[in-house]
Amino acid sequence: MAERSRKQSTSESPDPIAERLAVRRTHKLYLGGAFPRSESNRSYAVTSSTGVHLANAARASRKDVRDAVSSARAAWPGWSGRSAHNRGQILYRVAELLEGRRAQFAEELTQATGLGRTRAGQRVSASIDRWVYYAGWTDKIAQVLGSTNPVSGPFGNVSRPESCGVVGVIAPQQDPLLGLVSVLAPVLAAGNTAVVLASEPAPIPAVSLSEVLATADVPAGVVNILTGHTSELAPPLASHEELDGLDLCGAGTQTADLATAAATTLTRILHPIAGEDFTADPGLSRIRPFMETKTVWQPLGT
Amino acid sequence: MAEDPILSYAPAPEDRSVASVAPSYGLFVDGEFVAPEGEDHITTVNPADAEPLSTIAVATRADVDRAMAAARRASTGVWSTMPAAERGKYLFRIARVVQERSRELAVLETLDNGKPIRESRDVDLPLAAAHFFYHAGWADKLHFATPGGSPHPLGVAAQVIPWNFPLLMLAWKIAPALATGNTVVLKPAETTPLTALAFADICQEVDLPPGVVNIVTGAEETGQALVNHPDADKVAFTGSTAVGREIARSLAGRNTRLTLELGGKGANIVYDDAALDQAVEGIVGGVFFNQGHVCCAGSRLLVQESVADEVLAALKERVSLLRVGDPLDKNTDLGAINSAAQLDRIRQLTEVGTQEAADCWTAPCTLPERGYWFPPTVLSGVTQAHRIAQEEVFGPVLSVLTFRTPEEAVAKANNTAYGLSAGVWSEKSSKLAWTAERLRAGVIWANTFNKLDPASPFGGYKESGYGREGGWHGLEAYLNG
Repeated sequence: MAERSRKQSTSESPDPIAERLAVRRTHKLYLGGAFPRSESNRSYAVTSSTGVHLANAARASRKDVRDAVSSARAAWPGWSGRSAHNRGQILYRVAELLEGRRAQFAEELTQATGLGRTRAGQRVSASIDRWVYYAGWTDKIAQVLGSTNPVSGPFGNVSRPESCGVVGVIAPQQDPLLGLVSVLAPVLAAGNTAVVLASEPAPIPAVSLSEVLATADVPAGVVNILTGHTSELAPPLASHEELDGLDLCGAGTQTADLATAAATTLTRILHPIAGEDFTADPGLSRIRPFMETKTVWQPLGT
Repeated sequence: MAEDPILSYAPAPEDRSVASVAPSYGLFVDGEFVAPEGEDHITTVNPADAEPLSTIAVATRADVDRAMAAARRASTGVWSTMPAAERGKYLFRIARVVQERSRELAVLETLDNGKPIRESRDVDLPLAAAHFFYHAGWADKLHFATPGGSPHPLGVAAQVIPWNFPLLMLAWKIAPALATGNTVVLKPAETTPLTALAFADICQEVDLPPGVVNIVTGAEETGQALVNHPDADKVAFTGSTAVGREIARSLAGRNTRLTLELGGKGANIVYDDAALDQAVEGIVGGVFFNQGHVCCAGSRLLVQESVADEVLAALKERVSLLRVGDPLDKNTDLGAINSAAQLDRIRQLTEVGTQEAADCWTAPCTLPERGYWFPPTVLSGVTQAHRIAQEEVFGPVLSVLTFRTPEEAVAKANNTAYGLSAGVWSEKSSKLAWTAERLRAGVIWANTFNKLDPASPFGGYKESGYGREGGWHGLEAYLNG
């Protein structure tokens, strides 16, 4: 990183009136509801789309991955046990808080991706609306995917969807906010808990999102966001025995290897969708892969 | 109220001042409160003391025309053409503001309706807010509610709601209509208009486009002008079967979509293998909730003969402990009867029941001197031929019948012109399911009663009306395609 380009970083320009020095944020992991540094004490340099140094993000380790899966597992009974209505309220709360920080996210998006102010603002708007969209899904999933089954015999027979458990999410590398929200929110709406590997080159919006989640009544451990090197973190995540689902959206060339690793414990896999447009209506495409169907038989008779 | 010597309650009055009531109200048309064309007004009173609360306008035919025209303009101009997700976001806003203003609205509801503050606070308001929240989420997902179809709104809905759950019934009507892209003209009941008018204020607060929601107040004539309006694409009515029948007749020759939520005479079946203490609680809640002003009330207890004496004794003991009185007191179980007219109807039918040889038992409670009150009452020895077993009382009056076999229970439960709700109590799940399968009613509660949820469809068989409200089934009533 050239010394010259470091000075061009815009997010910390001195206050023009007070001439005071800006306080820089430490970019940490989001793990079990807390914001630790990596247990490895490592970090990595994050630059803007034009190569300007932005920050040092925590570089999570395999141990951090295991801790994240543990906290997601611990949070799952509580999250999946809440009423669907309540989960919807919480996801909507995320949208409310994101709306209040749209300027910050737009700026981070501009820095990370080089998008102009207007287009960055549109991506932030779409990200907020995506939370609203999934907030509206929580209490409708069972109505759309569930059924009563007219079996031949004196039995009541009902099928309903349930969350599959802990889902690993490899976020898209090139779409650090809308892409991230688009893969995370459906996992939560279904009642799963998540371990997210943020975009490796552009982790800052994910770090900011974790601060929104932490104050939006999302219970600790329901979302865990790790920053670092995807090639290092994805394999231990994919092969973790406690993982029930894995979204390989941002896995790139690692996809096949990770899917193979996950197959050992029959982890449910969602493969990257070629040319996926995150502004399009996703429907149930990202909810259904991480749900189980439970069918209950019950005799009828006096 | 006979005070239990061991357990007595200090007064716990809710603060009346959290709700403000204007001396008079106009109509809410095209986003503004406007003066009515005519001079007629109605005074709405607090049924707990018969004191006037406010004066409301009586909308004339011309006022209804004006409101329908505003709704039509909003329908074609903005609401049906807006991106569905944006419509949904308006409904989310409404849900949040109803939640935020729930204390004020609960007090207002209790003042105008007479229901205990505990119920308006813990049932009406949370359910109303949840109803908007639930339907908000449907707005941009309607293609999932009509598999294979291409859903589009009907246009303008004319809606008339009753006085028993004023704001909640408003939510049941407005939330699905708006979520599906329709606009509405709604008439609240003349005895309980205040929360609907407060809701109009909420529509302004959330910047809902003018004309999407219009509220016209008035009585029977206003209601008739509204449901018979030639520009209504859809009529939704909740109220008595008699009025519903009239509406069905007058709309019969027209291609207007119609849903009706009408009366009921819900059976609450208690088998001898039920958990009896739990069943007694369910019977009490089933019929005395909201003073029995509930269309799905479990107003007919069908108890298996072998446990009838035991259940009846436990029931009377439990009902004796109900606290009847000031609706604004947080300990009150039963509030005031909503109006003098309703009190007369309850008295009349109870009198008929007593004359028909039923054994009439009344809870030993002291009723307030002012206002409209009726004590919790249990009529036992009722047979199917008695009027009290067939006609809806819509008050705190329970008819008790007995049965010997499950087949007999089902036959008796179904022996009514109504078919809205029923309850079944047993510890044997196969028997619950067997019974539920045979009951001709739209909502069956197994080992519980009077449970309502925005995700759950509600509505009746037979003369309890047609159509469903709530759940994805309820959306169909407001969609083509």
